[in-house]
Amino acid sequence: MQTRAKFGVGIGVIVVSLAFLAWLGYGESKTYYHTIAEYQSLQGSARNHRMRLAGTVAPGTIKHLPGRIEFVLEEQGKSLPVSYIGTDPLPDTFVDKSQALVEGRPSSDGKFVAEHVQAKCASKYESAPGGDKPAPAATTQTSSTYSAQ
Amino acid sequence: MDVFGSFSLLLAFVCAVYAFLGGMVAIKTRHPLLVKSTRQAGMATCVLIFIATLSLEYLLFTDTFSMAYVVSHSNRDLSTFYKFAALWAGQEGSLLFWSTLLSIYVLSVLIAYRHKNGELMPYVGVILAGVQIFFLTLNNFVENPFKTLATVSASGALEPFTRLDGNGLNPLLQYPEMVIHPPNLYSGYTGFTIPFAFALAALLARYPGEKWIHLTRKWTMIAWCFQSVGILLGAHWAYAVLGWGGYWGWDPVENASLLPWLSGTAFLHSVMMQEKRGMMKVWNVWLVFSTFLLCILGTFLTRSGVVSSVHAFANSQIGPWFVGFIILTILVCFAAYFKNRDYLKSENVLDSMVSRESSFLFNNLLFLVACIAVLSGTLFPVFSEWFTSNRISVGAPFFNKVMIPIGLAILFLTGVGPLLAWRKTSLDSLKRNFGWPLLVGIFFGIAAFVLGYRDGASMLCLFLCGFVTWTIVLEFYRGAKVIRARTGMSLMMGAHELAMRNTRRYGGYVVHFGMVLIFIGLAGAAFNIDTQKAMNVGDSLKLGPYTLVLQSGDTKVDKNYTAQRMIVEVLKGNKQIMLLYPEKRQFQGNEQAAGTMVAIYSTLREDLYVVYAGMDPEANVPVIHAFLNPLVKWIWLGGVWVVMGTLLALMPNRRATLVLAATTQPAAAVPGEPALTPHVSLREGHD
Repeated sequence: MQTRAKFGVGIGVIVVSLAFLAWLGYGESKTYYHTIAEYQSLQGSARNHRMRLAGTVAPGTIKHLPGRIEFVLEEQGKSLPVSYIGTDPLPDTFVDKSQALVEGRPSSDGKFVAEHVQAKCASKYESAPGGDKPAPAATTQTSSTYSAQ
Repeated sequence: MDVFGSFSLLLAFVCAVYAFLGGMVAIKTRHPLLVKSTRQAGMATCVLIFIATLSLEYLLFTDTFSMAYVVSHSNRDLSTFYKFAALWAGQEGSLLFWSTLLSIYVLSVLIAYRHKNGELMPYVGVILAGVQIFFLTLNNFVENPFKTLATVSASGALEPFTRLDGNGLNPLLQYPEMVIHPPNLYSGYTGFTIPFAFALAALLARYPGEKWIHLTRKWTMIAWCFQSVGILLGAHWAYAVLGWGGYWGWDPVENASLLPWLSGTAFLHSVMMQEKRGMMKVWNVWLVFSTFLLCILGTFLTRSGVVSSVHAFANSQIGPWFVGFIILTILVCFAAYFKNRDYLKSENVLDSMVSRESSFLFNNLLFLVACIAVLSGTLFPVFSEWFTSNRISVGAPFFNKVMIPIGLAILFLTGVGPLLAWRKTSLDSLKRNFGWPLLVGIFFGIAAFVLGYRDGASMLCLFLCGFVTWTIVLEFYRGAKVIRARTGMSLMMGAHELAMRNTRRYGGYVVHFGMVLIFIGLAGAAFNIDTQKAMNVGDSLKLGPYTLVLQSGDTKVDKNYTAQRMIVEVLKGNKQIMLLYPEKRQFQGNEQAAGTMVAIYSTLREDLYVVYAGMDPEANVPVIHAFLNPLVKWIWLGGVWVVMGTLLALMPNRRATLVLAATTQPAAAVPGEPALTPHVSLREGHD
């Protein structure tokens, strides 16, 4: 019985400490997914979360400025100005009308400051014209991926 | 050919249903002819699936652009190599490929055991047919690869339609690894079906003893090896093609491949507890059930895009089918377990905290926690949306915080576990076994510090790598010494003889050494640095000891793409080392489809990883992004050792009759085996 108790304690210590680490990691990296409409109606502290928003890049809005790249994301008639401040160049697939996923936090002036941008191009992989069924296979690329491996 | 393939697939479905239903009747009636005919139906299923796959390959190779699948994933200029790989480039083809690989395993099992294990095989056949029915349902009725193009004519009728050329293969997949990575990973995923089927069959049939473990050991190792290689190739692909400087991003699809690997590794270890001590029977059965379920879940995550991911190319209607199949499998497993759980009673109890048993127990605990952590992190967006209506994802910090300590603890056990005695280990034997390894480990730690690798987790990791390596070296040395004393062989030959006599044990050590090398590579990740610069021709960029000079840029035209190539000279000190050619490829006919080809100068110390990141829009000069990633090469080297170790473990043991006949000391018959306390009855095992 004593051996069993020892094993119990050992297992307990391992599980509890790993759960604690998981909780820390969760707090550090949790990211909310929102639609642009949801984002615009967020109130109070919910606006300070790290979040991920998806939309289509509005044609002609990509502007390269010193230190940042600005563009507008559109989704269901709502639009959102985004300022990308990441150091990595935007992916090859990031062009007008591509579907993009931005990750970052809102800034005080209403712009969304993105640290990462992923883009999925609506290329012709998406559908075979005349085919009875689209064969979805879009390429997704990411601007900069997460710091660790 | 499309009709032919389509028909084979349908016929395969019919055969599988017969093998399943007929098999169930055969189990009840035990009618020998029925047993035989259902077994043959199982074999026919496999052969028909092969025919269907060959038909699809034929259509790809003959550029049959009336087929939707061929149009979507191939084009005329695609090289033969990639036309072959187009089989698994899309949803329908991948699922067919899954069925094909599963069929290779199923057919091998049905043929190999056709005259053996008569009690068990009908159950195994039924379970395998059940899994095949699920995939054949998808192949036939949900994601059929043999769909033809049609167009609506003026009169409103559908007419067949042929395109002049196809859309081509996704550029991200046009890379040599992409041709071998999916077959490896899928062979891993499908391979775990075999131990699953035998475990479930043994439980249902109340098949005596550990026979199922002995029967499936080799199949499990083969699947595990494929899975390991598949994961490493995937990591290498991400490293060499995606151009972000890393090889592992905790992406849902990467995680999906890791999950069955974690539980499968736990299973490979815990079966030894059952073989040697008759313990953990319930645990083993559930581990193998979980591994199979995680394989199905992995396929589901990869193919359905349920968690938005870099890899999740597809969003289709297969989701509910997979969820249904997973739920059904869980129900069957539970039903079998509750019906026959008395059959899984343990024969022994744990005696001591410091024993081989306890090291296996903690090994399994850690693998299990790792599995739960990765699974919950991966599915977090799905579950958070379900329960709170907020879709929340967790990123790399979550996984790293949990997985780094687990990885280090498992690495520690890799060194300690094999040297502990069964039941109870004395303090004396601990000192004898671990004195030198500890010293070597400390030396490694100090060396890491001196060389500048000063990060807590990395230094601990390198310390453990030294420690584990030395425990392995000592194991070989001690055993080889005994053989040398008896036969007069040299120490090297003795080590070889030793490994051949107990391939499983020493193959295991070689795999462990491979894992040590992988951990050395992982430890390097804490010291990655990178820099980026818009460069004119002649400009230079400094990174660590290297200086990069942009020499010029040119354009390279290939059959299927046009590449913008930068020529970068690498200098170390003032000495020219080599030229690197990072590229951006523009694939033919796809205005938007571009691919990055990273140029890597790889040494054991570090990788210089250079990406041509595109043109700077303001200055209109090329941007070069360079990374310095220490020790990455060790990961790939470790992979080679893992494969070699597994191959060694798969070889039959060489009999040592001649040598043993010359001696009268049976106590030393197993060289290097830690001293056992007297009166321990160990079972016949192969370890």
